[in-house]
Amino acid sequence: MHKLLTDTPGEEILLLGNEAIARGALEAGVSFTTCYPGTPSSEIPENFFKISQESDLYFEYSTNEKVALEVGAGAAVAGLRTMVTMKHVGMNVASDPLMTLAYVGIKGGMVIINADDPSLFSSQNEQDNRYYARLSGLPMLEPTNTQELKDMTMEAFDLSEELGLPVIIRTTTRLAHIRGAVRLGELKPIKTSAHFEKKPFHFVAVPAVARNLHKLLLEKYDQASEKSESGSYNEIIGEGKWGIVANGASFNYVKDAISDLGIKDKVSVLKLGFSWPMPKELCARFLKGVDKVLVVEELEPINENELKAVAQENGIPVTIKGKGEGAFSRLYEYDPGMVRKAIAQYFGVDYKPYEMVDSSDVPALPGRPPNLCAGCPHRATYYAVKQVYGTDTVYPTDIGCYTLGLLPPISMADFVICMGSSVSSGCGFSRATDQKVVSFIGDSTFFHSGITGLVNAVHNNHKFTLVILDNGTTAMTGHQIHPGVDTTPMGVDLTRISIENVVRGLGVEDVHVVKPFKLKKTIEAVKASMEYDGMSVIISQEFCPLFAKATGQFKKSKPFYINRNKCKNHRDCINLLACPAMYIEGEQVEIDKNLCIGCSVCAQVCPENAILPLKE
Amino acid sequence: METKRLVFIAVGGQGNLLASRLLGEAALSMNIPTVVSEIHGMAQRGGIVESAVLLGDVTSPIVSSAEADVLIGFEPLETLRALGKCNKDTVVITNTHPLPPFTVAIGQGTYPPPDESLSLIRGKVKKVIAFDGNAIAEEVGNPLALNMVMLGALIGSGTIPIGAEEMKKVLSTSTKKAFLESNLKAFDMGVEKAN
Repeated sequence: MHKLLTDTPGEEILLLGNEAIARGALEAGVSFTTCYPGTPSSEIPENFFKISQESDLYFEYSTNEKVALEVGAGAAVAGLRTMVTMKHVGMNVASDPLMTLAYVGIKGGMVIINADDPSLFSSQNEQDNRYYARLSGLPMLEPTNTQELKDMTMEAFDLSEELGLPVIIRTTTRLAHIRGAVRLGELKPIKTSAHFEKKPFHFVAVPAVARNLHKLLLEKYDQASEKSESGSYNEIIGEGKWGIVANGASFNYVKDAISDLGIKDKVSVLKLGFSWPMPKELCARFLKGVDKVLVVEELEPINENELKAVAQENGIPVTIKGKGEGAFSRLYEYDPGMVRKAIAQYFGVDYKPYEMVDSSDVPALPGRPPNLCAGCPHRATYYAVKQVYGTDTVYPTDIGCYTLGLLPPISMADFVICMGSSVSSGCGFSRATDQKVVSFIGDSTFFHSGITGLVNAVHNNHKFTLVILDNGTTAMTGHQIHPGVDTTPMGVDLTRISIENVVRGLGVEDVHVVKPFKLKKTIEAVKASMEYDGMSVIISQEFCPLFAKATGQFKKSKPFYINRNKCKNHRDCINLLACPAMYIEGEQVEIDKNLCIGCSVCAQVCPENAILPLKE
Repeated sequence: METKRLVFIAVGGQGNLLASRLLGEAALSMNIPTVVSEIHGMAQRGGIVESAVLLGDVTSPIVSSAEADVLIGFEPLETLRALGKCNKDTVVITNTHPLPPFTVAIGQGTYPPPDESLSLIRGKVKKVIAFDGNAIAEEVGNPLALNMVMLGALIGSGTIPIGAEEMKKVLSTSTKKAFLESNLKAFDMGVEKAN
């Protein structure tokens, strides 16, 4: 049985933040779940996927976040409790349905999990999605630990149904990926179907209807404000004259700093767990009771500015500080030492920081950036394309493992901003410059938002080459299903959509399907694409070896070794491919037979044919 | 209890996330308040993976610069790189088996010999426990058991209030049967190394 289906109320177990969210949803009787995976939210759907195989829970990996939210909207409007999960930039994709779903509202509770990524551990930006609560008018909850992740998720469903609005829970990487104790509650039965009650003059957001809906949203906003004033997740802790305001992960740093500095009696903390709508009366009460205020919030000065507005409206002459000199940055995530120091400085507390050991004698250390795995098919595709297109070609890339093609010696990533941008920006680059353009996109990303770009490329007669790196899975985020995956090894029977058929169906005439480990043939196909006067697509098909191993689809090949008698130490193998299975021993290149998966790409690259399969 | 802040540093694939999770499980089984923090995603592709375990009356899931009570390094270069987590009272437990990054292989930088890395750490911190953990894992016939060796050494170091028996109870319930014997052996040999 799945760990999160453990029916032992009262037991305390160790859960990942994202597991706690999934458990909270199950304790609320969630019956319908959708997502597009994205770090740091991916473990929530991973658990739902497994749970759906042994319960009545409906789960799907949707094509992208917009689709996930719209699929979820159908279920929630019909009356099922629904959860939709995504990372922060996924919310941008989902923002179109989000804004008007807020108008029409829902019937069954809908909770949207939004995972922000301060410090950009796995993202292209660190936007602060608390703004989406303001933009859409939807309530936002911000848990601070694993127990709250579970409890607030559960309560968010009730709140959603009471207000008739989706509720957004905002986590950050640090909360999504902590493990902590969670006391389990009771699991609720899963409702498997609903009956949609037609109300076209409510659910069809044409202008005449939507004008009224906007008014309705503002009324719901007032109701939500009342709940945030009286709810248990916003509270003033302590009675001291030094005011500190904290939310999310920062609340933990504040709590520990107060205890480390021994200033508990001097401090009042305003904890904002139900952070939008802002509990303005509670805030005013807090501001009136303190002498000065420090606002601790990662990223944007949102609470800080709200509090300044509350102070102004209520004529409270208290100094409020958050971002800026002597306080906090708008950049990156915070840590306990940083928060302790800022609190000590702002309130004038004497304290002795930990002293870091002297590392002035440590030499410059070689970097260890992430790298494509040994036997990763992307490496072979990159090599083949570079042989034909060289280094002056513009290489727009996309979001996935293959973004690591940025690093030398591959150095074949010139531009990326978001999912799908490789294809559409390729249209721009190829028109605006005299350079050749080859865009790279992964299979999952192609379905997510590459298809519309390719329609644009064909329709507007753009001329460049798109390489679709089809490794049979959504590799970067942990091997999730996408529409092009054969799902039978994962125990589900979903319809597989052929990328080649899609591409041909969109009107691309020059289409090449290659196996990248066959370098010669791949290079020939790349050459043909370069000679073609129009839009070309190369589909490079080879399993992600990690995925193939995990799903029993891995075809074992003999590892390779370097024949010393033949090797003349050109080092093309290591210098051009930088496969992590290769290393230098003395003056010679060696292959780690435990890491080598036998893809044979280095053997094809070696000018001396000195790389050979190991004879057992 | 006194707060303990532990940092695990490893190269993607060496298994520090599992080690830190199991330690968290052991702490919970002893009613020691704990919070474990992990980083998933892009960094795991051969990059540096850091995890942290905090024990006692503490709610922050990360360890700031200079604030580690114990640094457990799975690779000597990465242990040295993480020196900024240490203060003069930190105990450093490190594997000495080198895993040079590919940047070295393509001529971007020089890999510092493990002996030199160790000598740069020794004398600056309270104690350094260093041994070839990969050799032990090979010896027990399970090259993937490095994380068990390191976990053993942590418990053997006596720096945290979790004993070998409690830890082994967790290992026994959360390890696949085929690896249990070799994992426990690797753990025991790690304990011995640190004793």
